[in-house]
Amino acid sequence: MFHALVAIKQVPDTTNIRIDPETGNLVREGVPAIMNPYDAHALAEAVKWKRKLGGKVTVVSMGPPSFITTIREAIELGADRGILLSDRKFAGADTLATSYVLAAAIEVIHKEEPISLLFFGKQAIDGDTAQVGPGVAVRLELPILTYATKIRAVDLENGFVTVERHTEHWVEVVETPMPTMLTCEKEIAEIPFAPLPDLIRSLRYDPEIWTMSAGPLEFDKQQVGVLGSPTIVFKMGTPPLPEPGEKFNTREVGVEKAVQLALDKAAAAGVLQAVLGGAQ
Amino acid sequence: MTTRRFWVFIEQVEGNVHPVSWELLGVARDLASQVAAEAEEKGDAVVVEAVLLGDKVEAIAQEALGYGADRVYLIDDPVVAYYRNCPYYKGIAAVAEKYAPEVFLIGATILGRDLAGAVATALHTGLTADCTGLEMGEVRGVKHKLLLATRPAFGGNIMATIVCRQHTPQMSSVRPRVFPMPEYDPAAEGEIIREPLGVTEAGALTCILEFLHHQEKSVDIEYADVIVAGGRGLETPENFQLIQQLADVLGGVVGASRPCIDAGWIDSAQQVGQSGKTVRPKLYIAAGISGALQHKVGMQNSDFIIAINSDPQAPIFEVADVGIVGDLFQVIPAMIAQIEAYQQEAAT
Repeated sequence: MFHALVAIKQVPDTTNIRIDPETGNLVREGVPAIMNPYDAHALAEAVKWKRKLGGKVTVVSMGPPSFITTIREAIELGADRGILLSDRKFAGADTLATSYVLAAAIEVIHKEEPISLLFFGKQAIDGDTAQVGPGVAVRLELPILTYATKIRAVDLENGFVTVERHTEHWVEVVETPMPTMLTCEKEIAEIPFAPLPDLIRSLRYDPEIWTMSAGPLEFDKQQVGVLGSPTIVFKMGTPPLPEPGEKFNTREVGVEKAVQLALDKAAAAGVLQAVLGGAQ
Repeated sequence: MTTRRFWVFIEQVEGNVHPVSWELLGVARDLASQVAAEAEEKGDAVVVEAVLLGDKVEAIAQEALGYGADRVYLIDDPVVAYYRNCPYYKGIAAVAEKYAPEVFLIGATILGRDLAGAVATALHTGLTADCTGLEMGEVRGVKHKLLLATRPAFGGNIMATIVCRQHTPQMSSVRPRVFPMPEYDPAAEGEIIREPLGVTEAGALTCILEFLHHQEKSVDIEYADVIVAGGRGLETPENFQLIQQLADVLGGVVGASRPCIDAGWIDSAQQVGQSGKTVRPKLYIAAGISGALQHKVGMQNSDFIIAINSDPQAPIFEVADVGIVGDLFQVIPAMIAQIEAYQQEAAT
């Protein structure tokens, strides 16, 4: 049976983030929480293959109870089962501790129902680290194909998947034994409109919640949350600003003059000559 | 006496080294010098070392010495002729376990990001992604200096400095162009130490069937000398033509800020900023870009910055060497005309 595992994360919609002009801080109120877009595309691809081959899609997420809405959204998009890994002790996890919790849960899910493919987004838009996918793959000793753009074939009989992934130089066509982890680009699949039955099911769906002890596994408390995170925030601050350069206002001096004054500065710094190769 | 090792991963594809590897050797040298006094007091040695994998790549190892490595660990094996996650991370983790580096820097390229998270997990240590500042500094309760890794956090609006107190190596990924290229010394000497990969072809897990070459080469902004970048102030995607005209006159390329990419106005390969590319061209012109911190961290190391914005309070002016407050649809045509006139004058 085809069984896809999709890891999802809820993130603030960074395209809607506003900065308080007075304080320069992030305005958190009213910023909608969404499913990380790369995860949504990964999920869409998993559901597409489920519809083609039959089988099942399980989503898993680590986060506070508010992430339930994102799991419901995954059900709406065609996932069959949703599991939220949620415990106050998980809070403050860096990527190493996050990969531990996800890997431990995925191992249990795999024992219940063997997983064919694992789908992750290539990165989450709130941290942009792209570290959790590779971390989970290493912990589970799975092959990983990052920056996946297309699944060419899933051969359940022989247990192989053929995938296109992009690099800085070319697109690689790669074959790996299943289970394999893919971290997905948006191109992997369009997000379809949810069929009505999935939409209705999602409204009533209650995800399973696995905590430190309530659930089918016991997490090692040394490896979760702050305790399991080698990195800590040492300090926070806004960066020191350099001395700003001179400004010329077109309303005061006119457009032509403002441009001329600005280019004179660039010429005085030797920049224009350097980029134009002109002699002066 | 112990040896404090500062490591850099050398990224090569078909014998071509990604320049970020050399940039990081420069950073590692700088970090090593920051602990020199402390090390001398204790009688410790401090070295900068490179890790290189590939098939018949000894010439690159030699080059790494020229860019500042005291020693290169070379894993030369046909299994790593092309990059694959599993043999690479296992080979590197084994060498790291053998020599116990204190700091390990990896370029945050596509290849480097694929690799870094795997190596850090295999070594069970901390990894800070996309750092924009690195220094060795005192941390209370720790007897020797630690790597202070600074990166933008919370959507790029604040800088967070991350430390890895009890685990080694202290790992960071750093994007291309965040740090300058060090000088190359062709006479530099050092050691090249061969190490086994320890992974067979069967253990590589994945098999690359073919390479499809990119249909079209996307614009390479990272190493461009001139970038003219447009932002939300352009109002419509068609107005990128104006940006392109100015870039053409200057022999440069077009960049953009995040809202333009989110709106689908321009290819994401052209995005400058924390979630796009970091650049340091000789000349950066920002037109209609307000200058959110996440954009500024991607371009503030440019040699010379001209900002054009109708809002005199726009934060972009804080990092500009010179600013023009005005309507970009008037300013840019005037700028094109004046640069063309300047060129003609210079030619005669």
